[in-house]
Amino acid sequence: MRRQKIITLTALAVTSALALGGCGGSNGGGDSPSPAVTASSSTTASASGNLTVWVDETRQAAVTAAALEFENATGVKVTVVLKNFDDIRPQFVVQVPTGEGPDIIAGPHDWLGELTTNGVVAPLELGAKASEFNPVSLQAFTVDGQIYGLPYAVENIGLIRNTDLVPTASEATWDATVAAGTAVGTKYPIIIAVGADGDGYTLYPFQTSFGAPVFAQNADGSYRPEIAMGGDGGHDYAAWLAAQGKAGLLSPDVTYDVAVAAFAAAETPYIVGGPWMLDQFKALNLAIDPLPRAGSKDAQPFVGVQGFYLSAQSKNAIVANDFLVNYLSSESVQYALYESGGRPPALISAADKASADPLIAGFNAAGQNAVPMPSIAEMGSVWAFWGTTEVGIIEGSLDPTPAWDKMVADIQAAIKG
Amino acid sequence: MSNAEQATRARERTSHARDYSPGFFVKLTLMALIDALGAYGLLACWQEGATGIFCALLAILIAANYVYFSKRALAAKYIFPGLTFLLVFQIFVVVYTGYVSFTNYGDGHNSTKQAAIDALLQQNERRVEGSQAYPLVVVERDGDLGFAIIADGEVRVGSSDQPFEVVKAELDETDPTKVSSIDGWAILSFSDIVSKQSDIMALRVPISDEAADGSVRTADARVGYVYLPFLRYDPDEDVMVDTMTDVTYYPNGHGQFQSDEGQTLSVGWRVGVGMENYLMAFSDSRYAKPFFAVLAWTTVYSFASVALCFLVGLFLATILNDPRIKGRRVLRVLLIFPYAIPGFLGALIWTGLLNRGFGFVNQVLLGGAHVGWLTDPWLAKVSVILVSLWLGFPYMFLICTGALQSLPADVMEAAKIDGASRMQAWRGITLPLVFISTAPLLISSFAFNFNNFNLIYMLTGGGPRFPDASVPVGQTDILISMVYSVSGLDGSAQKNYGLASALSIVIFIIVGTVSAIAFRQTRKLEEMI
Repeated sequence: MRRQKIITLTALAVTSALALGGCGGSNGGGDSPSPAVTASSSTTASASGNLTVWVDETRQAAVTAAALEFENATGVKVTVVLKNFDDIRPQFVVQVPTGEGPDIIAGPHDWLGELTTNGVVAPLELGAKASEFNPVSLQAFTVDGQIYGLPYAVENIGLIRNTDLVPTASEATWDATVAAGTAVGTKYPIIIAVGADGDGYTLYPFQTSFGAPVFAQNADGSYRPEIAMGGDGGHDYAAWLAAQGKAGLLSPDVTYDVAVAAFAAAETPYIVGGPWMLDQFKALNLAIDPLPRAGSKDAQPFVGVQGFYLSAQSKNAIVANDFLVNYLSSESVQYALYESGGRPPALISAADKASADPLIAGFNAAGQNAVPMPSIAEMGSVWAFWGTTEVGIIEGSLDPTPAWDKMVADIQAAIKG
Repeated sequence: MSNAEQATRARERTSHARDYSPGFFVKLTLMALIDALGAYGLLACWQEGATGIFCALLAILIAANYVYFSKRALAAKYIFPGLTFLLVFQIFVVVYTGYVSFTNYGDGHNSTKQAAIDALLQQNERRVEGSQAYPLVVVERDGDLGFAIIADGEVRVGSSDQPFEVVKAELDETDPTKVSSIDGWAILSFSDIVSKQSDIMALRVPISDEAADGSVRTADARVGYVYLPFLRYDPDEDVMVDTMTDVTYYPNGHGQFQSDEGQTLSVGWRVGVGMENYLMAFSDSRYAKPFFAVLAWTTVYSFASVALCFLVGLFLATILNDPRIKGRRVLRVLLIFPYAIPGFLGALIWTGLLNRGFGFVNQVLLGGAHVGWLTDPWLAKVSVILVSLWLGFPYMFLICTGALQSLPADVMEAAKIDGASRMQAWRGITLPLVFISTAPLLISSFAFNFNNFNLIYMLTGGGPRFPDASVPVGQTDILISMVYSVSGLDGSAQKNYGLASALSIVIFIIVGTVSAIAFRQTRKLEEMI
């Protein structure tokens, strides 16, 4: 520490001396104060630890507020760095081994597989706090019996209904829902975002209703890298996709933006989607229903859990753990995160408070039998094949059963490497 | 001798390096700035322990000072900045990519062996199931750290080599879960804890004399739990041992710990794998088959795109070069318009315009037709070339206009006098002359299109996918976008930087070879005239 300080100061002295000697005046004088200020603030900060947290814009406000509270209570400076969501994971994986990365990042639980195989996240011990969280949220952050993240939000998709078009609660089956939507006479009976690359996530509840989960599950609910969506369930689902494509109910031309715009314009009474869409539907009267099943089993959507990860090489591990386990897990912070991001909280007490909103309560009900989205690293090999095969079947360019079998074989080959 | 001549003489005698003219002081100022920046960089590198960058920076700084203050290095003064940038931004990048292509860097092999061992040990130290949570404070005696916990209503203290034992202590009056003082030990304040974080994180206090009972550690300096390691690293044997099953994991040649049964531990490290990545790209049928299809399309696309852009650009330039055309300036500005829109934005706009169900082209221009501009394998290729034409022709138009306007008028006049027809003059004189001045730009344009990642990524995303390929590659994927998805950089597969680098090197060799041949051909063309 001391050596570093001396070097920094020497560097500054040499730099400013040279700069002053070189340009002899205002320029050098104007340049040197700014590094000097950073240096002095960083030296005082490192004496009391200095946490760095990477967040995207949806969590910035709430985390900054929690950081300020922590700063006032402990005197530890917490720097909240705003990052592009897509940059957080790759940069974290690359930077942690160099010792440069942040102490904490915020992100969804499905990063977990990649982060653990690369050894860049540290396990957390929540102790008694664990019982205060929604069990699914902890299950999602668990690998091999260890918890690797502090959950703060649980989100799943449901059937969003425009109550002005269909005032009664939705039917339990796909066919009945489509019939109800057709009876309204809008442009689309129901709309689901598929997109040119497919959307296995949004279509997953229909797939599970045919009994075709992506991966096999262990007794404790964790997934093992064994593809379970082949076989008869998968074939039935593929045939269903082909039929919906033919009937025009599913189409790759309907991208996420198209689907949201159509629902917002009241061109359809139903859309399959999550709480993140609600911002765009402020002008409508809405209700959230459980997803209809297309096959004979329950329609189980994926649960996505948002949380905070701790770097495996954090130099401020004690402070970071304290911040995570004892501050970010408080009801006020979890509720503030819900208010700024709109995602239903993972902490049970905060979730109960948020359920005063009937829409949040509706999404909770729709997520009753939801399953965590697989976070094992092998899931990364699934998405692309899954989406494009679904699109091919919907378009009618692929023969359902053989295409589905080929997809399963390809994913298995990709997982083996 | 006039004064001016005398001054010139004087300047010739003394070198610029020793001449204290205003220019020298400008140079001195610039060099001082550069040296100051360099010195700061050097100290920063030393502080971070970045030896490689330190040495490189030092060498560049010494070379720069030698070049600009020495009498002998006149030629180097001109080429030094260029050479430095070439070294840093080209040669280093190529060499480093080459180095990575011989390793297995990627998901699961992210860092060094030591980091992998640390991560494995960290991940496999678990809280003993159902064990108690102990309220804890960190204590210190003679520089030794220890923990004080409250167990069964009694305060116990222990350190790394001494298991917990009951001591005389006082509890906080208001909060009985807090220890307020202990005989013989000092309780660490929060700021002490903060400054000793890594030592406290590393501290394990055995719960009893039996090692199998586990030891207490804390993550937040408030609560302690009993932990047991499930993995043990033996540095002498360089093996990992599973403490529960006694299975030994040996490091295999591939940067992972492997047991005799072939099971591997999840976190690995980066090792050299020789030619494996290159062999995989060509021998593994999953990659090889789409690779050659993509290579063919990339070549066709780059040639077609450059040729079309050039022809359209030249055609329009020739027409607008004719003084009989009215409003030439306005037309020229209009034609340059697509060039003013950033390429990736232009591609994104076209994605929307060409959408099959909702795009402007189908909905408005074709009256609601359902043409799969971006989803049909052949139409998608045509669309890519057309959009690339739309983006690229203004550039060719500009340089052709410039080349046409700089053609010597006397040559054309001579041709006219010799009785050459318009067409003959154009083919025999205009075209070759324009060609010579634009050929290097055509070659660079080819290299640019060969790696035109933005256009493909934004317009089609490489799609539509090959229905029969077993890797996520599509009909309009060019090599660089194929590398991006095959190596998992887009998140559609596990990341494999080694494979990505190997394929990048292959692309580099292809583009380099084509460019070298093309430059040689151009030189021949020049010699012919």
